[in-house]
Amino acid sequence: MSSQPPVSDLSQTPALGVESVHKSFGELEVLRGIDLSLAEHEVVCLIGASGSGKSTLLRCVNLLEPIDAGRIVVAGEEITGGRIDVNRVRRGIGIVFQAFNLFPHMTVLENVTLAPRKARGLSRSAADAEAATLLERFGLADKRGEYPDRLSGGQQQRVAIVRALAMQPQLLLLDEVTSALDPELVAEVLDVIRELAAGGMTMLIATHEMGFARDVAHRVCFLHEGRILEEGPPEQLFGEPREERTRQFLQRIVAAGRM
Amino acid sequence: MAIAVASTVVVVAILVVGVTRSPGWDEFKAYFFDWGYYRESFPEILDAFWVNVKLFCVAEAIILPAALLLAVLRSLPGPVFFPIRALAIVYADLFRGIPTILVIFMLGFGMPALGLDGVPTSQFFWAVVALTLVYTAYVSEVYRAGIESVHPSQDAAARSLGLTHGQSLRHVVLPQAVRRVIPPLLNDFIGLQKDTALVGALGVVEAFRQTQINQAATFNGTYYLVAATLFVAITIPLARFTDWLVARDRRRQQAGRLA
Repeated sequence: MSSQPPVSDLSQTPALGVESVHKSFGELEVLRGIDLSLAEHEVVCLIGASGSGKSTLLRCVNLLEPIDAGRIVVAGEEITGGRIDVNRVRRGIGIVFQAFNLFPHMTVLENVTLAPRKARGLSRSAADAEAATLLERFGLADKRGEYPDRLSGGQQQRVAIVRALAMQPQLLLLDEVTSALDPELVAEVLDVIRELAAGGMTMLIATHEMGFARDVAHRVCFLHEGRILEEGPPEQLFGEPREERTRQFLQRIVAAGRM
Repeated sequence: MAIAVASTVVVVAILVVGVTRSPGWDEFKAYFFDWGYYRESFPEILDAFWVNVKLFCVAEAIILPAALLLAVLRSLPGPVFFPIRALAIVYADLFRGIPTILVIFMLGFGMPALGLDGVPTSQFFWAVVALTLVYTAYVSEVYRAGIESVHPSQDAAARSLGLTHGQSLRHVVLPQAVRRVIPPLLNDFIGLQKDTALVGALGVVEAFRQTQINQAATFNGTYYLVAATLFVAITIPLARFTDWLVARDRRRQQAGRLA
């Protein structure tokens, strides 16, 4: 972590600003006023029970779900306004999903190069060259010609991360990226994320891996019923949580052997 | 294997004995199975059959892209496209509801009768139009089922990378959708091949019409057998090919699940 670029001062333009965001699915209010700010190069982990709104928040930031109220600002530009080009905004925000969502009819290389070619307008050779470098960096060079269903879960998720990185995003959203993996495959994916954090990637990470969150996050937010109930540096939030709900949640995690 | 052979032999023997012992067998045989007429009329009916081949080849070449377009129009999201979706639904409902023979009659006799300048009077032309209209409605439903079978997370992954709705459809959703519906598409193609015989009702001399002409001259029914042979010679290989594709897909999916 020593080589990590310093986290910018939050008084500068934040990389991501979420301001009193509300989101309902029908009668169910999933986000009830979320306020959150990420400085450039900052890594923030979202923890909380299933259904607390972590995934929905990430999908809202990526504009995969429209919000009902509030604002989301990325690098000083409001992205939840009326006349926004969602495709341009999404190009700058990568998201990696729990279930990988690789394109099964494309090889690893085609998965990684599709968006650079179509959305960034790179030539096939330029996209291939960039992808080769990324795949090499994450130990996937020999898998470039394979189809996703021939890869292990860990390899698939690493390809999905590479696919997101190939768009050179300023912000990366990770949605419980290890939850669908067999336990022995979790480490290889977490190592990739650690490396990205060390390289200064700004990341918002929803996770159930508390040890990892403690390790990699500058700040941890505990979500409960659609609100950020408590946030702070990992030592404080895991060591001396202020809120009773946070304590209860962490006790359950410890009891389940996940920390 | 031995059991299958034995039981097949027994069943066929019972059928053959049962039919040949029927009281009307001798007249039946003379009417439908006259080898002399069969050989004599075969080249003539084969000639007429090329009209059927032309009909279904031309029609299918229009149906496949037109039906895909219709299915895509029906999948357009948002309230703006409601009129387009509604029109697509009305079209599909209408042409799946009207018996094919009625559409052929209405267009084949109706359109030339208008006597409008520039409106083709060729009944072959209107036969192709009628078959295309009817089968496009069916085939678009097949495509639509394919599009809906692709999990929404695939589109979400594509859109999250900054691809537009159209790019996601073109590169991610449709390739998967079309691959899944190839067997039902071929099935509809077989249906189309058989329905070209309906065009004979307009007076277009295709295989079925030719058999009627021959039958009217000799009062022998063997010609029907000739036409049946020709249709079956094309549809059975296609049906087996379809089965083979389905079996291959199943094998691949199972292989994918094991990996």
